[in-house]
Amino acid sequence: MSAEDDHSVSPLPPAALDDPHLQPYARRPEAAQTVAAVAMVIGFLGFIGFGVSYWVVASTQWQAATFGIGLFGFGFGVTAWGKYLMPQGPFVEERHQFHSTEAERDAMTAAVVERGGMVVKRRKVLGGLFALGSTAMGIVLLFPLLRSLGPKPGRTLFQTNWKKGSKAVTINGRQVYEEDLEVGGVMTVFPEGFEGSSPDQVILIRLADTTQPLSAPGRTSWGVAGYVAYSKLCTHLGCPVGLYQEQTQQLVCPCHQSVFNVLAGAVPEFGPAPRPLPQLPITVDAQGRLRANGTFDQAVGPGFWERP
Amino acid sequence: MIDESLRWVDDRLGIAKGGRTFLDKIFPDHWSFMLGEIALYSFVVLLGTGVFLSLYYVPSAHEIIYHGSYLPLRGQRVSEAYASTVGLSFDVRSGLLMRQAHHWAADIFVGAIAVHMARVFFTGAFRKPREFNWIVGVTMLILAIVNGFLGYSLPDDLVSGTGIRIAYSIIESVPLVGSYLAFFLFGGNYPGSGVIIPRFFIIHVLIVPLILLGLLGAHLGLLVKQKHTQFPGKSKSERNVVGSPMFPTFMAKTTGFLFMTTGVIFLLGGFVQINPIWQFGQYESYKISYAVQPDWYMGWLDGALRIMPSWEWVGWGHTIPLEVFLPAVIFPGIVFNIFYTWPFIESRHTKDLAYHNLLDRPRDRPKRTAAGAAMLGLLGTVFFASSTDVMANFFDLPLMGVLWFFRIAVIVVPIVSYFLAYQICNELRQAEGLGKRKRALAVTLTESGEYRTEESEPRPGDGAGVELEPVPVPAFIDVVPPELATGEGVRRVMR
Ligand code: HEM
Ligand code: FES
Repeated sequence: MSAEDDHSVSPLPPAALDDPHLQPYARRPEAAQTVAAVAMVIGFLGFIGFGVSYWVVASTQWQAATFGIGLFGFGFGVTAWGKYLMPQGPFVEERHQFHSTEAERDAMTAAVVERGGMVVKRRKVLGGLFALGSTAMGIVLLFPLLRSLGPKPGRTLFQTNWKKGSKAVTINGRQVYEEDLEVGGVMTVFPEGFEGSSPDQVILIRLADTTQPLSAPGRTSWGVAGYVAYSKLCTHLGCPVGLYQEQTQQLVCPCHQSVFNVLAGAVPEFGPAPRPLPQLPITVDAQGRLRANGTFDQAVGPGFWERP
Repeated sequence: MIDESLRWVDDRLGIAKGGRTFLDKIFPDHWSFMLGEIALYSFVVLLGTGVFLSLYYVPSAHEIIYHGSYLPLRGQRVSEAYASTVGLSFDVRSGLLMRQAHHWAADIFVGAIAVHMARVFFTGAFRKPREFNWIVGVTMLILAIVNGFLGYSLPDDLVSGTGIRIAYSIIESVPLVGSYLAFFLFGGNYPGSGVIIPRFFIIHVLIVPLILLGLLGAHLGLLVKQKHTQFPGKSKSERNVVGSPMFPTFMAKTTGFLFMTTGVIFLLGGFVQINPIWQFGQYESYKISYAVQPDWYMGWLDGALRIMPSWEWVGWGHTIPLEVFLPAVIFPGIVFNIFYTWPFIESRHTKDLAYHNLLDRPRDRPKRTAAGAAMLGLLGTVFFASSTDVMANFFDLPLMGVLWFFRIAVIVVPIVSYFLAYQICNELRQAEGLGKRKRALAVTLTESGEYRTEESEPRPGDGAGVELEPVPVPAFIDVVPPELATGEGVRRVMR
């Protein structure tokens, strides 16, 4: 007998009118019906209310209240109907083995192995060509699927638009002058013409009211007039390192709380960032404008495979 | 009428036999089976509200000047994506309701899947023959998380833009091919050539929902074919299913539940603000907002990124940003691989190759329960680690201390959870009758002024001997109040 036959329609033994399986689950069905009815009326009124509020008071709250309470009430009523007023059962259903018999399995295996064997053994050339052709198709289809999506990285990740002599400007393209920042002030700057460009963002910090060169050993000439400039891209995941704490002279990345020591060349002192923020050498020209005095000596932002 | 139409259809499709079986399909009555329904219905809400949103949302990074009715933004340069989402919130009637309901539905969707999955895990419902459905389920969980991320990236606001930036850097961290993948997906170095929003959009509204629909069909189809599992109990065996029939009882309960779930989502959508993008402002790559936190289901990855030490590997002219690659790629990879392979790991360990239609009580499988507790402990710890800064502020502790606390907790908590759960299981098993439903006590005052306490009548589910023998579903069910039913009223019920 196969599994399907088990479902054949079979007459049931007579069921008594007072069969407890057919009684509602509720002890007091009339009360349950009242509850369900009230809930469904609330639902109905809620839906009407939503319709009215859509046209009359279109506030989000009114719409949500009417529609949400309507849905909830309506659903509550229908659920209560099902749970408390429909026959409590319990009812039963037999499970049937849904797996095939051994003989059926053997037949399937034989079909696969023998017909397959025929294809592979007797028509080796065609089989091989089919494999070759479909593999080739799969591979060449990947070209447009992947390669058309975007350019190759090339050297892009190592480059920014900062060049020796680039003028530092604000996001609005305004020139930055030596006297623009108080001591302890910070500002986000870009190379002129590239305002808002993500890899070019630089944070300019005025550490002191001095003409003394500042910053880490070996890089004393990279700052100017109490200013230092660092790439604003966190070396962890590229969030803008937006928070400068003046007392401790630290830059903090709000994303995962990496902390960079500004006085020591922006080395990370805390958190997951692995590398210092790359420093941009800066200078002041004759008109007092801040300019790049070279470019970054390494790729800005988070790490990647090609980075040496 | 129905008879005739059915005849017409059956002549052509032959549906009556299978259809009848389907209407008789038995659903076990247990609250924990509702969890999957919550997931299903929030997905229905996502589809409905999502279609509404897609009629207004403009998937474009193109910059325009905002002219809508939200005054603080007037005259600012914003992207069309951002402007249209703000427009949905203020200038489209019912728009804000639909947007917020969509977002709430997404949060509830992922949550319901996760809890549903925990139910399946701890009761052993994934065992033979249901491994396929477990795998389909894990895939749907991953897709739900992915689509949630894509969805909340669409408005192009400051908070979600930061998330996209982080996603870019995570892709970039993959050894060998990372920068290529990132360049291809974004069309260039971050922020790319303006293609990411249209791409995210089409994946979000078409590709992932389509795959999800297919998987959902497979999930439910397998459920019908393999039938429900059930908890052991009177008359319940490996060879049967006991409960309520599909039609009408289950259909009524579940339809009602669809309305109730939708109702709750819309109440949340109207009264509990979520993702007020007009306050965050347009995304700019040089701006950042503080206490940025992603949607809850991304929290575990954010937490893992935070507590990871800064171990960048550099050598042979290359860099592997392990501080990103390990927590954001390898860690979720391992977690989802454990999820996928668990049924096979377990059956290899127990050497159990039998069919299982009866569920386990978690306490009866202490090792599995303990393993699940360890996983929950791990995920819970990294989840909370995503708010190290908030905690440090709130409890006025040094951030360093909070960070180290989590670095240690991420190892200690899973181990402790394992042994604790194991111990609790064993102790619970020794306490008999624990967890059985208590019978209510009725206090009555007699005429002589005396108080009496009596146990109430036993109810189904007490295990107090009132359980009826289950019977097959009769062809028709007519509810007769017991008063009217006489012993003679015998009706012949044909099946
Ligand atoms: C797995 C299912 C889905 C999930 C988890 C999901 C999640 C999300 C989330 C979290 C948002 C952000 C909403 C916000 O602005 O706060 C969103 C936006 C959006 N979703 Fe979905 N969604 C799903 C399915 C769909 C479908 C099927 C459609 C369309 C047919 C759709 C259309 C949209 C549109 C147009 C937006 C952008 C408008 C906006 O942000 O308000 N979504 N989605
Ligand atoms: S992006 Fe700066 S700490 Fe993670």
